[in-house]
Amino acid sequence: MDVPITLTVDGVEHRLDVDTRTTVLDALRERLGVTTVKKGCDHGQCGSCTVLLDGRRHLTCLSLAVAQDGAEVVTASGLADGDVLHPVQQAFLDHDGYQCGYCTPGQVCSAVGMLDEAKRGHPSHVTADLGAEPDLDDDEIRERMSGNLCRCGAYPGILGAVRQAARS
Amino acid sequence: MRALDYVRPSTPEEAVAAVAGDEDAMFLAGGSNLVDHLKLGVARPGRLVDVSRLPLDEVATHDTDRGTVLRVGATVRNADLAAHPVVRSRLPGLSRALLAGASGQIRQQASTAGNLLQRTRCVYFQDVTTPCNKREPGSGCSALEGYGRYNAVLGASEHCVATHPSDMAVAMAALDTSVVVLGPDGERRMPSTDLHRLPGDEPQRDTTLAHGELVTGVEIPLTDLAAVSTYRKVRDRASYAFALVSVAAAVRTAGGVVEDVRLAWGGVAHAPWRARRAEEALRCGPVDEQAVAAAVDAELAEAETSEATTYKVPMLRGATVETLLALVEGEDA
Ligand SMILES: Cc1cc2nc3c(=O)[nH]c(=O)nc-3n(C[C@H](O)[C@H](O)[C@H](O)COP(=O)(O)OP(=O)(O)OC[C@H]3O[C@@H](n4cnc5c(N)ncnc54)[C@H](O)[C@@H]3O)c2cc1C
Ligand code: SF4
Ligand code: FES
Ligand code: FES
Repeated sequence: MDVPITLTVDGVEHRLDVDTRTTVLDALRERLGVTTVKKGCDHGQCGSCTVLLDGRRHLTCLSLAVAQDGAEVVTASGLADGDVLHPVQQAFLDHDGYQCGYCTPGQVCSAVGMLDEAKRGHPSHVTADLGAEPDLDDDEIRERMSGNLCRCGAYPGILGAVRQAARS
Repeated sequence: MRALDYVRPSTPEEAVAAVAGDEDAMFLAGGSNLVDHLKLGVARPGRLVDVSRLPLDEVATHDTDRGTVLRVGATVRNADLAAHPVVRSRLPGLSRALLAGASGQIRQQASTAGNLLQRTRCVYFQDVTTPCNKREPGSGCSALEGYGRYNAVLGASEHCVATHPSDMAVAMAALDTSVVVLGPDGERRMPSTDLHRLPGDEPQRDTTLAHGELVTGVEIPLTDLAAVSTYRKVRDRASYAFALVSVAAAVRTAGGVVEDVRLAWGGVAHAPWRARRAEEALRCGPVDEQAVAAAVDAELAEAETSEATTYKVPMLRGATVETLLALVEGEDA
């Protein structure tokens, strides 16, 4: 069954008809040609398909496009302001937060969403005091970014990048 | 995947009618479990009834005849619930359980009802090329002789030895949570410990819900005991892994003996396991290593382990001792 939906991706509105079984990930990549969003596992286990959807970090492989009709999607390439990189993107460059780069768009989106959660005071599994403002030390960053795997093992660079972005 | 019809009703009543009247229909919430099952061929609905935008996203305190409860709507996201100020201050064990589950992204997506009703992670259940009584009644249970590290040790049957994977549901079991359910004939409430069932000879049924019954929310009593609850999860890696075993607990002592205690385990059974026998054994006694270990052993009297799951017995003992001792130490601080 085909259903008409609207998705706004990186500020551009798209109207398209999707088969009800299409994931947001496949709609973005196969239908709209938005290949910044990467398919890793396709089962919610790696985080490479992470975008910001209506402001929250979101796994596009685990949601159906028809259910996200009207959503505002921001991918890693929509974060920059013209030629000026987003502070998180710049931090990944400064710290060599990648090797092959396949997981990077998901890491970057996840970091942006995670920093916003921390700013709003959300605790994590390693937060000792649930009542306190979170302090993004390395353990906090590792825990909050644990949904994004990197097969190249660029974790030290990713940690450094997110640490820099958290301080700025 | 078979052809799929999709509807998005605007009221809970319409959602119930849409599923109750169609054997082939299923509710869709955040999709983080169900969309995976569609791809794997584990779930084969003909129609999805999307409940994610129903007006069931409130978290609020209510005074009831059972005292003050926190009412949590079915579509409240796991991340929002974990971060809610009342949950953090009055139900810390629930916050900790939610934060121990899945990943940051998934918690942003997953709903309260979807989390309760997520299905087992038994590898054979998820692999349609293997026999599995839960997926295909009568086909056999591959986990009995196969990979068994996550298998149940309590309440299993010869038909299924799967465990329930939710962390949140274990904390809810310890905290005397009620589940609010809407069916074609109206609303009913039940203890969350009556929602999930043991496999018996019908492992295809995870819960006591009838087809078409919609979970609209949960109610968690805001007691003094719940305010000192906690959750401990033991897993193969530090983050983003399902529980091997887990412990949700709350305890209050006076003059060195237990006045009141709540204890539930995850990773041990087809349902979150409220450890009532252990609670009974602990009441009016001290909280020390020996007493807690004895209470755990009382609860495990009927445990059945295999070579793959014997490790869970000492792990449960250790995790429960550490959790309760830490809670009592915190009481003094
Ligand atoms: C890689 C990975 C790791 C994970 N790790 C953990 C973990 O460590 N701990 C943990 O607890 N969980 C874990 N999860 C599971 C996750 O918590 C669940 O997928 C999630 O909670 C399901 O919520 P949802 O809203 O996305 O549900 P959906 O996938 O939309 O639905 C799940 C089920 O609930 C039913 N349903 C949904 N809403 C209702 C309702 N209101 N009434 C009746 N039925 C309903 C659906 O029909 C479906 O059968 C993990 C998931 C993934 C993919
Ligand atoms: S344990 Fe249950 S879910 Fe796993 S294969 Fe056996 S019947 Fe299926
Ligand atoms: S592709 Fe979505 S989590 Fe791996
Ligand atoms: S940089 Fe290669 S997978 Fe992360």
